[in-house]
Amino acid sequence: MTTQNYADLVQADRVHTSLYTCPEIFEVEMRKIFENTWVWVAHESEVPEAGSYKNTFIGKQPVIVVRDRKGEIRVLLNRCRHRCATVCEGKKGKTQSFVCPYHGWAFGLDGSLRSVPYEASYGPEGLDKSKLPLPGLRVESYQGMVFATFRDDLCSLSDWLGPAKKWMDLFMKQGAGFGISVPGEQRFRFPGNWKIQLENTTDAYHFPLVHKSFLTTLDPQALKTFSFMEGDGFVEDLGNGHSVMVMIPELVDLEADLDKIIPDRFRDLADDLRAEGYDDLTVRKIVRAVGGTGFNLNIFPNIACSMAFFRVLRPVSVEETEIHHAVINMKNGPVIANQMRLRLHEYFQGPLGFGTPDDGEAWCRVQAGVHASGKTEEDKWLMVNRGLPIETVGVDGPRSDLTAETGMRAAYRQWQKMMGA
Amino acid sequence: MSFTLQEVTAFLWKEADLLDRKAHDAWLALWEEKGRYIVPIQPDATDFFNILNFANDDHAMRVMRVNRLRSGEAVSTTPPPRTSRLTASIVIEADDGVTVKARAAQHLYEFHKDRARFYASILEYTLTRSGCGDFRIAQKIVRLLNSDDAIASVGYIL
Ligand code: FES
Ligand SMILES: [Fe+2]
Repeated sequence: MTTQNYADLVQADRVHTSLYTCPEIFEVEMRKIFENTWVWVAHESEVPEAGSYKNTFIGKQPVIVVRDRKGEIRVLLNRCRHRCATVCEGKKGKTQSFVCPYHGWAFGLDGSLRSVPYEASYGPEGLDKSKLPLPGLRVESYQGMVFATFRDDLCSLSDWLGPAKKWMDLFMKQGAGFGISVPGEQRFRFPGNWKIQLENTTDAYHFPLVHKSFLTTLDPQALKTFSFMEGDGFVEDLGNGHSVMVMIPELVDLEADLDKIIPDRFRDLADDLRAEGYDDLTVRKIVRAVGGTGFNLNIFPNIACSMAFFRVLRPVSVEETEIHHAVINMKNGPVIANQMRLRLHEYFQGPLGFGTPDDGEAWCRVQAGVHASGKTEEDKWLMVNRGLPIETVGVDGPRSDLTAETGMRAAYRQWQKMMGA
Repeated sequence: MSFTLQEVTAFLWKEADLLDRKAHDAWLALWEEKGRYIVPIQPDATDFFNILNFANDDHAMRVMRVNRLRSGEAVSTTPPPRTSRLTASIVIEADDGVTVKARAAQHLYEFHKDRARFYASILEYTLTRSGCGDFRIAQKIVRLLNSDDAIASVGYIL
């Protein structure tokens, strides 16, 4: 396929089914999208000290996120410079150095090659070790969220995020003044293309149906909060493929209207915090933080700030995707409040949650359905035109109603731009 | 075989049978009111309250979980997955006459729609005696062997 062919697979109101089924397109996406832009790799709290590391992927490439001795976060290719064995294993951990298990080449936390066993075989001069570090990627972060890119000539992370930054600022108010930490995540996989999950982050349309069994379990107040379909929510395109979906407008700024009545389900927590000696304003801030924000911010291509957690997606193959739901705590915050955050996360999220499995089932059904690609060219398209006729000019881009597919159109416009380049 | 081991074995087999038959009300009745059903993520976890788990259910959450599984409102469990589990290698770790701590291996086969899956776990039980050789569950920890890997949705009680 030519680049023009790729660009033609996305139109203003529809996308082609081959985006979900074609292995060739998937391989090109890994190159033209994931290896060609800023990709989220970690929250800084996941690598708290010198030597703390996390293994992850950029597209299909394994990388190590590590804090070096100077406290700088590095992103290194997990590939020995000798004959390619990975030098770091395990999801997270702490180490002094990266020693390759095959022949023992040893690399420092900054990736530099420190020692090579039996170096004499490389001749009297030895190896020029300074030319053989673990290759490092460009790394920048915003609000504790760490991104990396293979491209040295790309714009700054700040420019790439653009208007998404102010939503990230709002999202981090869940730290309630303590700051944010990410103490763990649930990992699961579903047999489907990564873009199905990307679409879902700004899809409010599915909520009342797919999450009916969750809504049934809520108390009347909480049910009202989550019955946002009739409210003033909206979706807005933030440019560069990013978008935001506001479900609960009164929970966009967690520090606004703090004097409002505390919902019943947080009453006991508020009482317990007061008993621990927190003043009224702090109690209200903490309680708000525990409840999470009222919006989902989708940052193209692989990370979302989703109400009260980080959603990370990792494309595995054209028809398989891994998702992490990373929980958010207040850094060194009150234990009882963080415990409630953990329990609320377990309630909805992850493969045993009351919400995620139903999302997963709906996504599997999409992946099954795209194989019914029909007879005619007309049969081969998915519709992403909800909210298009009533789209208005928002603050930072096109805006439409809460159930609009404006966020998906934003992502696919970026997809088209990158795949067609 | 010690008498305690016989009693515990009978109890765990009864529980396994109830779960495979989806006799959820009878399963809920096996519990102490304050009991916790915990499915940790970290293999070596011991402090289940200050870390993220797959599940850490009190009584109210267990009831909601069961109701969700059988409500017909959840697309992921319609139709419900079928399971068959073997509980074996039961070991009594402690028994003070009131509380028994036991460990067991569980091999569980799941069939859902068009796909079979296998989950192996180590189960850790704290059981309290409730007279006549019967028990109540004060804590059940399900340590999936692959808990820290990416797993698929689990639409039943482990
Ligand atoms: S492959 Fe790493 S030392 Fe040989
Ligand atoms: Fe959902």
